[in-house]
Amino acid sequence: MNFDLLPIVLSFKLAAITSLLLLIIGIPIAYLLASSKSKFKFLLEAVLSLPLVLPPSVLGFYLLLAFAPDSVIGKIADSLFGLRLVFSFEGIVVASIIYSFPFMVQPIQTALENLPNSLTEAAYTLGKSRFKTLVHVLLPNIKPAILVGTVLSFAHTVGEFGVVLMIGGNIPGETRVASLAVFDEVESLNYEQAHFYSIILLISAFLIITLVYWINRRNRATLTI
Amino acid sequence: MIELNIEKTIHTLQGKEILVANTEIPDNKITAIYGESGTGKTTLLRIIAGLSTPEKGNIKVKNKTWFCSEQKINIKAQQRRVGFVFQDYALFPNMTVKQNISFALKDRNNTLLLEKLLQETGLTNLSHQYPAYISGGQKQRVALARALALEPEVLLMDEPLSALDIETRIKLRQLILELHNKYAMTTILVSHDIPEIFSLADNVQKIKDNEIQEYGAPKDAFDKAILKQQFSALFE
Repeated sequence: MNFDLLPIVLSFKLAAITSLLLLIIGIPIAYLLASSKSKFKFLLEAVLSLPLVLPPSVLGFYLLLAFAPDSVIGKIADSLFGLRLVFSFEGIVVASIIYSFPFMVQPIQTALENLPNSLTEAAYTLGKSRFKTLVHVLLPNIKPAILVGTVLSFAHTVGEFGVVLMIGGNIPGETRVASLAVFDEVESLNYEQAHFYSIILLISAFLIITLVYWINRRNRATLTI
Repeated sequence: MIELNIEKTIHTLQGKEILVANTEIPDNKITAIYGESGTGKTTLLRIIAGLSTPEKGNIKVKNKTWFCSEQKINIKAQQRRVGFVFQDYALFPNMTVKQNISFALKDRNNTLLLEKLLQETGLTNLSHQYPAYISGGQKQRVALARALALEPEVLLMDEPLSALDIETRIKLRQLILELHNKYAMTTILVSHDIPEIFSLADNVQKIKDNEIQEYGAPKDAFDKAILKQQFSALFE
């Protein structure tokens, strides 16, 4: 039997791009949340953590409405970047960023909050700006949390189903990721093909989660997730 | 001279209180701030360093205004360039002893000062160690060297020796005195350890009833009965 590797490649490509972009977006947001003393911080935290508890289909449904070509976001994406966000790879990247957001931000935010405040203050008294303090003092001391955030975001994105299905459809080579392919093949009673995708997802998920626990074990003192 | 005229709300065991400081701290001397725990000693240091903001008043250092609530002046901690030795040392765990000190240098290429500080604080052989692998006394030396690498005019020390054993304390007192004299700084030391104040400070200010007051030299600052009790405990 000829196995189609494209869904697996697409899943990992999606996860890699999502994790990388989340790293760039997640660190500043985690830092702002960790250092914020606002009374309303809990509200923002609740909104940003919604993907943890919301059914993926609900999130996917709202994103589908929000990203539709005649919606505000759809129009902006089209006119500024020439992007179509529904039923496209770019669209599932944006949706994945939103869906995996708490997996990146929460470990980093918690680790930043657990660092002694005196480290930041010591850097300030040494004349260092907030940015220099973040780059030279805070981030190097929470490396394990950054790694865990990245690995979890990657794994969570690989495991996506509902959101991708709602917003991406099931377009081979574009949005048909491995988790969708499994569903598809089972529907068509192609169990062998479904096994092929499933075993790859199972092994990679196991390896990734083992990696997280291994990092945790090595860095119990500094790491919190 | 550091002129302090400030009011700041602090949280004590008795609830919210207002800490009042109307005092002057002389240049190039070691001034000890003494008081029971929770009376606002650390808060006072933090206010001078720019890490806490008083509600009212003004702070002048060598006639330059660092804080004035009326004129809305509040020089940032980064610009005050005050050497601060934290009670928990606050060494950067990701940096070696040498990197911790060099991070504080005004001029990163001033290796001469870096080497000099390592030598003066007896850290040359530990320069490539990380803070997690050195003793409390050694950490305190790094914290001190790092604060001095900033070439500060004002050095603030928050209970610098409280967590150390008596032998290390005595050695470090000597070191603090030597460095204070060598680098000609205005040093403020928060302490509730009377023998420490006697061996280091030129004068004492006490926080009593939420107000800081000048008490002169250590020998005039403490009640004879308290001194007797403190020093006899030391020799028992």
